Amino acid sequence: MDTSNPNESYFTAIRRRFKLKNYLVYIFFIVFLLIASPLSIAGALKTSTQILFEQIGYTIIGVISLSLVVGFLGELSLGHAAFMSIGAFIGMYFQKTCLSSLHDVSPLLSLIISMIVGGLVAGVCGIIIGLPALRLKGDYLAIVTLAFGEIVKILFQQIPIFGGAIGFNNRGYKYDSTYLFIIIFIVALLSIVLVKNLIKSKHGRAIKSIRDNEIAAKAMGVNVTYYKLLVFVISAVLAGVAGVLYGASKNQIDATTFNYNYSINNMLVMVVIGGMGNIHGSIVSAIVVTFLNVKLQVIFEGDKAAIKNIIYAVILIVIVVYNNAPSLRSFREKYNLRKLFTFLKKKIKRMIFKNIDEKKEKEKEEEDIKEFSGDWSKIPTKIEMDEIVSTGLDVGSPHDEQEGGK
Amino acid sequence: MEEKEVLTPQEEKEIIIKTENLGISFRGLKAVQNLNLEIRKNQLYGLIGPNGAGKTTAFNIITGVYKPTTGKYYLCGEDVTGLSQQEICKKGIARTFQNIRLYNNMSVIQNVMVGMANNPMYHCNLAQTLFRTPRFFKTERAMRQAGKELLQVFGLYELRNEQASNLPYGKQRKLEIARALATNPKLLLLDEPAAGMNEEETRELMNTIRFVRDKFDITVLLIEHDMKLVSGICDEVTVLNFGQVLTQGPTKEALANKEVIKAYLGGDDEDGNN
Repeated sequence: MDTSNPNESYFTAIRRRFKLKNYLVYIFFIVFLLIASPLSIAGALKTSTQILFEQIGYTIIGVISLSLVVGFLGELSLGHAAFMSIGAFIGMYFQKTCLSSLHDVSPLLSLIISMIVGGLVAGVCGIIIGLPALRLKGDYLAIVTLAFGEIVKILFQQIPIFGGAIGFNNRGYKYDSTYLFIIIFIVALLSIVLVKNLIKSKHGRAIKSIRDNEIAAKAMGVNVTYYKLLVFVISAVLAGVAGVLYGASKNQIDATTFNYNYSINNMLVMVVIGGMGNIHGSIVSAIVVTFLNVKLQVIFEGDKAAIKNIIYAVILIVIVVYNNAPSLRSFREKYNLRKLFTFLKKKIKRMIFKNIDEKKEKEKEEEDIKEFSGDWSKIPTKIEMDEIVSTGLDVGSPHDEQEGGK
Repeated sequence: MEEKEVLTPQEEKEIIIKTENLGISFRGLKAVQNLNLEIRKNQLYGLIGPNGAGKTTAFNIITGVYKPTTGKYYLCGEDVTGLSQQEICKKGIARTFQNIRLYNNMSVIQNVMVGMANNPMYHCNLAQTLFRTPRFFKTERAMRQAGKELLQVFGLYELRNEQASNLPYGKQRKLEIARALATNPKLLLLDEPAAGMNEEETRELMNTIRFVRDKFDITVLLIEHDMKLVSGICDEVTVLNFGQVLTQGPTKEALANKEVIKAYLGGDDEDGNN
């Protein structure tokens, strides 16, 4: 029944299982870097383009960090910008105070160290907020993270060493924008590798099982607390790193940037549009939405800024309706991107190889473990109230009898 | 109540699960009281009773969802009272649910593979996973292979890449049993496996349960309302009513007990014949 041969070597097995589809996103990033970095170093890119790339890069890191929590763990966090804010302020402050001599010698090394520091501090904050907050479910967790985001914002506004209400002055430590987007994209690539490796493993399956049915996950021996905290901390570290990179791309960091609007507009919206539990979708939506945002801002200046907001909103509504409306289901199944891609892939393959072994192709496809995205209905409430009430409570509640009684 | 028989050491060893005066009360409501079970290896044991008798609560105590307020219970002679659900699952008790709880957005084979994760055979820590060491590929392959074999036993092999929520009802029940078996249990708890099934499906389920018991060499404790299934496969039953044990013993005798018939059919008269 299984096509694999137990005696075949490790490398043959890997080669047999190798599928281009799984590595497409890496190839895309590498090709992008190979084309864009020589152009940038040669001075062929405009500064505005470089800034756009920077913006896209750190948004991708932020979005995949939130995608881990919302799309794979199934918990709604509305305060993820706070981790970015912590990363930006702590990372840049550390660089300015402790690494100023190193910065003169090697700005790259200094940036890397501040990324590690910023990420770690954000991770510790993730543990501190996650330990109590992850005991809550659904909307309650969203409220706590929302409050956490606002608290962090106000703290950074009040502390004088971070510049107080004016914001943190980063002049002199802003990274050269010729190179910065290259660094950001390399970091983004690394974090995508990290997240994808985590998700496509037994640990990833445990995380997804918590999203799909927490009660069953507990009964199957999944350590729910551990995995929830793990995901939250990894996500916080990634957001912190994104924050440091954000800080490196600006002259001035303002705490009010990272309010809940940022959490929603620049993170949650992209996760939802990209599809819950879909890393590739999140990346694509991060690129497209950021691009649209920036380009529309350039086109509609001044009085016409309202038009930009309207167009942006209409595009979002169209995407959400297309993805979610029950009456469009048959339409969606007929015309979707996945179908288009498989069609194109087959066409190209036919063009290159004249005769393909159909049977072998099919076998290879069957070997694949299919991934399914999460449910849209999970936003904003994950678990129905009756599930919360019926099990998982401490001794002292007779509600379980409802289940036993039917 | 029957008198206690003296067991030989050999038989003592064979006892998979033993509960001693197990009880739980929710703020004065005594959901289960003085539950004494002794289930031997490879037995098919039934836990029956009218609605609200506390059967599922008893299951929830045994699987660690609730901590019992009184009494203790032992798995293969080892005290497992008060352990967490995860630890109890590792010790070898697996369960299914009354209302199916599958991982709906995952494929069939992934559902089964979640259950295997705690098996020390497939141990692969986080660093090994993140950096994709050869061990990761080895364990992943072994898990997939074991999952396929398990699905083949249940006739779900062809459907392994389907989304779990797309399976028909009967197959979802089977998948739940397969997922529980993936944790490599000694004791399998089935909570109303025949709920919502027609006669034909119930007959098939009876065969499946017997087959599972023999093939995986496990003990089965099941809750059921369908008396045909209970009298068809259970060796022994315990009848609960209002949290208390009405009677215990071999299935036929227990079901013929007057008190049991009264509990099921109601009525004050001592007339036992339906």
